[in-house]
Amino acid sequence: MASKKTPEINGSSMADIAFIALIFFLMVTTMDQEKGLPRRLPPMPDENMKLENEKVNRRNIVVVKINVNDRVFAGDEPIDVSQLKDKIVEFLTNPLNREDLPEKVVKDIEGFGPYPVSKGVISLQNDRGTTYSQYIAVQNELVKAINIIRDDFSRAHYGKAYAELDDAKQKIVRKCIPQQISEAEPKDTKLQK
Amino acid sequence: MATFKKSGKKTMPAISTGSLPDIVFMILLFFMVTTTMRQTEHMVMVNLPAASEISKLERKDLSSYIYVGTPLKKYQGKYGTDSRIQLNDSFRTVDEIRDFVAAERENLSEQDRPFMTVNIKADKDTRMGIITDIKQELRRCNALKILYGANAVE
Repeated sequence: MASKKTPEINGSSMADIAFIALIFFLMVTTMDQEKGLPRRLPPMPDENMKLENEKVNRRNIVVVKINVNDRVFAGDEPIDVSQLKDKIVEFLTNPLNREDLPEKVVKDIEGFGPYPVSKGVISLQNDRGTTYSQYIAVQNELVKAINIIRDDFSRAHYGKAYAELDDAKQKIVRKCIPQQISEAEPKDTKLQK
Repeated sequence: MATFKKSGKKTMPAISTGSLPDIVFMILLFFMVTTTMRQTEHMVMVNLPAASEISKLERKDLSSYIYVGTPLKKYQGKYGTDSRIQLNDSFRTVDEIRDFVAAERENLSEQDRPFMTVNIKADKDTRMGIITDIKQELRRCNALKILYGANAVE
């Protein structure tokens, strides 16, 4: 009597099946990473809490404006996008403690000690007709300026670039050099049309 | 003297392909794990601006997307060539962002909600007017974490 066995399944086509599945996933996959400039919008102001406490000293604020023709103005003078970075670095660090640049307030930073933190605020204003690419270019320059200052700071105090520090130290650096970019209310931008 | 003689008829042994399925399966598993299916079909032309100081988004699952740009050729007859907002897979107006944000927030778990990021993917030729409107609407919905989508540039 012949013994009845289940015949073995031929596994040689396994590779082909796997290849087809592989090709399917290769086609549908998207490997692009989400990259960009992260920002935090200011919360909507309350109706009854008007802008009383929003009065910032004039020396502490630099207005970066982009007009309808994509021209950039820092303060009131026109400036090229490539020079904006240096202007912002000077504004935020105020190395000579000039009277017309932002004041500094000595704050006790946790884990670091007292440090004179600049009170400078960059106010970015744009027209409704500004192109998005110019807006991003300016935003990029502002971030670049802040990154330069943070890098200088961390090299001076920790001997490493900002990106190489651990999280706790990065937090300290962020507290010492805050990123104060205010994206203006649109009502301001309508006025300058 | 001992010598090693090459016998003339020696051929290279065939490489065993027995482990080929395993290798392929390994690659397959890698792609299955890393894949994210493209959920929405683009209806607007989005050519992201370039920036050098970009940072990566750590958690893709917490982000919702707003596309802004000129409608694709096939939709231009109906929607014109002006910049439009695309949410999920239809053209929407600024007022509808509120519902969109509420729905997206609903999809996230309780503890993830504060970290929701709105990823604005706008074409580089878009005018800022529409972006400003979107930003104001997002502020009104209290979705304050945003990301201006940009491509890396050296």
